[in-house]
Amino acid sequence: MFVLVEMVDTVRILPWNFQRQLNEAIVEELNKKLANKVVFNVGLCICLFDITKLEDSYIFPGDGASHTKVHFRYVVFHPFLDEILLGKIKYCSQEGVHVTMGFFDDILIPPESLQQPAKFDEAEQVWLWEYETDEGAHDLYMDQGEEIRFRVTDEVFLDTSPTGPAAAATETPAQPGQSTAPPAEAAEEKKESPYTLIGTICDPGLGLLSWWNS
Amino acid sequence: MEVKNANAAMLSNYEVFKLLTDLKEQRKDSGKSKQQNLNTITFETLKYLSKTPCSRQTPGIVKEFLTTMMPHKLTKAEKLQLLNHRPQTAVEIQLMVEESEERLSEEQIEELIHTVADVLPGDPEQENAAPAEAEIDEAAEQS
Repeated sequence: MFVLVEMVDTVRILPWNFQRQLNEAIVEELNKKLANKVVFNVGLCICLFDITKLEDSYIFPGDGASHTKVHFRYVVFHPFLDEILLGKIKYCSQEGVHVTMGFFDDILIPPESLQQPAKFDEAEQVWLWEYETDEGAHDLYMDQGEEIRFRVTDEVFLDTSPTGPAAAATETPAQPGQSTAPPAEAAEEKKESPYTLIGTICDPGLGLLSWWNS
Repeated sequence: MEVKNANAAMLSNYEVFKLLTDLKEQRKDSGKSKQQNLNTITFETLKYLSKTPCSRQTPGIVKEFLTTMMPHKLTKAEKLQLLNHRPQTAVEIQLMVEESEERLSEEQIEELIHTVADVLPGDPEQENAAPAEAEIDEAAEQS
């Protein structure tokens, strides 16, 4: 579930922090920069593990701050493929079941990965498993807030860093008349999560914990 | 910023739990907690981890667990999952151990469940419920 990631970064310490221990100031800067952020293709950063090496600090002309190259290790949430995780159902929608782990929300179990046969109840907005027994089908509802065990099948990293006008420019030249549409789309994309896990519960033992307890 | 190694090591839930608990204590002492992001993520992660079996583990328990797992010939990732989840049923073991049908016999799976339950401490509430039932069974047998 969690991994250690080795990173190197140049940390800028402002002059009014010079009275503090350098290590302490660097730890704070690194956590300020990375904690609760997703690094592309790396995962969700939790907190600093340790500093392995500090290089010499420099002060450059025109800038009072010190710059130190730091080698450090960071704790990152990045489950490996096929890992089994436990979460809670956040909500269901046409796209599938959305699962949360509290500190990480962007987990989707698409309809084809649910226990089959699955059906979406439009009225209640909830997915259900039409579990077949000898006495006929039982509808097992996947209600909000229920604990769910799932397997990670894929991860999607999305580069959400600002890209400038390049993305919009590729779409606009063809239809100059519809200049209002592409920015709207771009705004939609901004809401996309930088890191999404795709899961499955289509295996015995996966799904709501209550299904397998008895 | 440069990423040297995106997967230097896997951490068990216990290690992260310990690190975050210590960090929380440390920050409480120093009295300043202006870092909103760090506060959010440590709070939420601790909240999640405190409900998992790792909150009752110690370095000694983890070491003992890994030693007892040696003869089972499991991969690192599989042992890590057993440690994090503390499976109690065969169906859970089959999820966490790849191709378990071919690699493990039914007896071996049973044995695994037993070792996991023996070495890793369970939820006290559930533990208390289980012995009570066992006692009732015993009492029934005796009478």
